[in-house]
Order: sequence, then structure tokens, then C-alpha cells
Amino acid sequence: MISAYFIHLLILIGIYAILAISLQLAMGFVGLFNLGHISFYAIGAYTSALLALQGFSFWFCILSAGIIAMLFGFLLSIPTHKLKGDYFALATLSFSFVIYAVVLNWTGLTRGPLGLPGIPKPIIFGFNFANNFNFLILTFAVALVSYLIIKKITTSPFGKVLQAIRDDELAVKILGKNTFKMKFYTFGISAFFVGIAGSLYAHYITFIDPSSFTLWQLIPVITIVIIGGLGSLKGTVIATIILVLLPEPLRFIGFPSSIIGPARQIIYALLLLLILLYKPRGFFGKVELE
Amino acid sequence: MLKIQNLKKHFSGVKAVNNCSFEIKPQAITALIGPNGAGKSTVFNLVSGILKADAGKIIFNNKNITNSSIEKISNSGVSRLFQQSRLFNNLTVQDNFLLALNNEDTKFWSSFISLRETSADKKNKAAKILKLITMENFADTLARDLSYGQKRLVELGRAILNPHKFLMLDEPVAGVTPKLREKIAEILLMLKNRKETILLIEHDMNFTFKIADDIIVLERGKVIAKGKPSEIKDNPKVLEAYLGE
Ligand SMILES: Nc1ncnc2c1ncn2[C@@H]1O[C@H](COP(=O)(O)OP(=O)(O)O)[C@@H](O)[C@H]1O
Ligand SMILES: [Mg+2]
Repeated sequence: MISAYFIHLLILIGIYAILAISLQLAMGFVGLFNLGHISFYAIGAYTSALLALQGFSFWFCILSAGIIAMLFGFLLSIPTHKLKGDYFALATLSFSFVIYAVVLNWTGLTRGPLGLPGIPKPIIFGFNFANNFNFLILTFAVALVSYLIIKKITTSPFGKVLQAIRDDELAVKILGKNTFKMKFYTFGISAFFVGIAGSLYAHYITFIDPSSFTLWQLIPVITIVIIGGLGSLKGTVIATIILVLLPEPLRFIGFPSSIIGPARQIIYALLLLLILLYKPRGFFGKVELE
Repeated sequence: MLKIQNLKKHFSGVKAVNNCSFEIKPQAITALIGPNGAGKSTVFNLVSGILKADAGKIIFNNKNITNSSIEKISNSGVSRLFQQSRLFNNLTVQDNFLLALNNEDTKFWSSFISLRETSADKKNKAAKILKLITMENFADTLARDLSYGQKRLVELGRAILNPHKFLMLDEPVAGVTPKLREKIAEILLMLKNRKETILLIEHDMNFTFKIADDIIVLERGKVIAKGKPSEIKDNPKVLEAYLGE
């Protein structure tokens, strides 16, 4: 029997994989360095949690999480569509601060820093996912479907246009293509999947508060995307597995959890720095950016 | 085909294009020449909608396209080559070509649902252009791995493939070997035989005089002369503009 702890790690891998491949779609395939990604995760988690606490069934909650996150994705794409590089990153960063501030301060809806406890474990058409092993299967199924859909998008002619935008947006426009529309879709699709990941997270942990959705939580995801290599979905999945497991030995060596938390963050941030310095294309990266 | 009327574009004091007017005849090669900084590329950027004009009008096929969006202008039939390389570097030569063919690929659902591969017709068109630029063996090469000359050829091919009624080429032969220069001249003359309308920016007078039907000379954002190559050759104003550079 697989140990309970290992199942827990596998569930995290599944959730992080969705977070990372959806960011990879925006960052690696379209060149959108979207620091607002974590906000869509928050929006998905809160949407799903709030609906579930109202008694809505899980499948409705998770779909709504994806759709509401997607709507916010569309929304963010509008003011940012002319921004490039650092300005784009800064604008999406501001967006993530706004969403964080709303989640923290709209206490009537989110209970602010107190968070939302008691989020029910999923039941789909009578099938109960309270058991972690069942939840793992659900997570992997959702992650697999997300992977296949994003893979299909990136290899389709539509995906080729996205990659062309990453390489040279003006040249795409000169060929007569509406790049605003392309980025609008990408924002929505990327946000949809990360919204779904947020829902899974909320129903798995059964408690969410604003601290799960800060920029700190995005750093491991960015690290995964860069280590996996821009433009590589396979690399992203492999990097997810490695990075989720990497800090685990700390626990077995016997560090207290009060140290493990910050240590993880330092490890991820350091890794990001090292990879940017020594292997900027990551391990499976196909893309060279000027 | 293309009519430019009193076009004006200033960059904080620099009068890049200053009351510029000219007209392009269809089915001919017109060359836009002039010393460095004369405003040639700026005229191209205004026509293709990358820059907004301060004043003046751009009429294409009897339609006012002044300050239209880049995509709209492109889809009304203007294709162009940039002075600096603008290939999709992380895509293959073939993909660079397929992207130019039409805009079906920007439709999400039809692209997502469609299980069929890129149509044979599209691939045929791409293959033809590969042959034209004699790069048949490079279909699957990433654009970033090409030499400078090959990049220019692929970009020229992409501009030709992009559906158009009017082709604007910004220094297609600058910096390439004499041999490649010959080849590009051949391609342009072949296009002319196909009744294409081309506006060409070229710094090298010999090259221009050899292939252009009409010449427009720009200096400091203004047209200082226009006519047949033979008329331009001995025009003292043109000689002065070039020699005084
Ligand atoms: N985007 C820009 N911003 C500021 N100045 C520009 C810009 N583009 C061109 N210029 C200036 O306008 C003038 C004309 O440039 P350009 O059209 O590139 O000349 P050409 O192509 O004839 O060599 C030059 O003085 C150039 O420095
Ligand atoms: Mg120029």
C-alpha cells in the first residue's frame, strides 16, 4: 500500500502540474510573463469554496472555478495587451496585489485572514473523494485532461500563431493576424485551468486563506516552468515532480516544520536564480528568447 | 494603386517624413531611394500602420487606409519585408511560411477541433516558395539556425506568400553576398513578370537602376525627384543628395 504521505505528495504534484502547465502556456508559448497567474488560482479556490459552502455540488463548483477564473483572465488581457516585457510583468503583478487585497479585505465574502474552513471533500454523482487515494485519482484525471488539452492547443495551427507571437508579435500582425484576440484566448484558457487547480486545492486542504495566494506561492511555479524549459510541456511535468519532491528530504532529516516552510521558499528562489544564470533554457527548453 | 498625399511624421523635432506625396503604379517595380535617414522606412511604417501619421493621407486601391490597424491594412492586401530580420526564430522555415498563408489559424475552435493536418494545398504553396528561394532542404530547420542570407530569403518568401496585391520590401539585399543579390534580383524580376506591384527600398543605386521601372528619391522626408531610372541617373539634385551624405 502506498503510504498516506506519498499520496499527499502525489496530489500536490498533480495540482502543481496544472498550475505549471497553464503558466507554461502563457509564458513559454506566448511569452506572457504573467505574475497574475496566482490570482486566478485564488479566484478558482475561493469561487469553488464559497459555492461548496453554499451546498453546491462539486462538479458545479470546479467548473465555476474554471469559468470565473477565465472571465478574470479575459478581463486582465484587455488593459495589458499592448504592454511588453517588464511593463507587462509589472501590470500583472499589480493585478495580483489587487486580488490579494480584495481577498484579504472583503471579509463579508471571504472572511479575510480568518479564511474559509470546512470546505467539503468532493462527491461527484454519489462517488466520494474524501478518501485521499480517490482524491489522487481525481487530481490525476483532471491533470491529465488539462495536459492533453493544452498539448493539443500548442501543437495546433492556433498554437503555432501563439508561438509566433512570442517570437515577434509585430511580425504576426503584419501577416494580418489579430494578436489581441489570440492573447485574449490564451489568458482565458490559462486562467481556466489554474482556476480548476485552485478548486482542487481548496477541496483537498478543506481550508483556504489569503496566505496561500501570495507572490511567494508563485515562485515555485515560475521555477518549475523555467527549469522545465520554456515551450516544453513534458519538461514542465518532469520539473513539477522533481521540485515538489526536492525539499522533502529536509523533513526526513528531522528539520522542524517551522524551518521547512521558509527553507522550501529559499530553495525554490535559489534554484530559480541558478537556472537563470547557468541554464536559462531549462532542461527541455526549445525556446531561445532575445 | 498606392497614393500618398502630404504625409507627415515628426519624431520630437526630427522631420522624418515631411509633406511627402507620391503615387505607385500597378504592375511595376518602384524604388524608393535616398540617403540614410531620409525617411524611407518611416514611410513604410506609416503605410503598414505601425506608425500613426501626424498629417496626410494614404490611399490604397481607392480606400483611405490612413491610421487603420496593422492587421486591417495587411488584410486589405499589403505585404511587407522589414529592414531588420523579423522571422519567428523558434519555429521552422515551413511554419514561418504556413503562418503567412491565411488567418484560419487564429480561429480557436476550428483549429482545436480539426483533426486533419495542415492541408496539402497549403503545404504545396510553401514548397513552391522553398523551391523559388532554392532552400528545399531547409523546411524543417529552425529559423534561428539559418545564416543571415538564408534568413533574408525566407523572409522574402514569407512576404511573397502572405496574400497581397502590393508588396513592400525594405532593403532586401542590404548586407547579402553579391551572388545572393543576383538571386534576389531574379526573384523580383520574376514577380514583376507575374504582374506584381512592388515598392522597393534600396540604397544601392546600381541594383535599383537595374530592376526598377520608376524611382522616387526621398531626402529629409521629402520627394526631391521622381521618374524613370534614366531620368534620375543624371539629376543633379539626386547626385548632390547622395554625394553630400
Ligand atoms: N521610432 C522612431 N523614433 C524616433 N526617431 C525615429 C524613429 N524612426 C525613425 N526615426 C528617425 O527618423 C529619420 C528617418 O528614419 P528612417 O525612416 O529609418 O530612414 P531611412 O529608412 O530612410 O534610412 C531618422 O532621423 C531616424 O533617426
Ligand atoms: Mg531604413
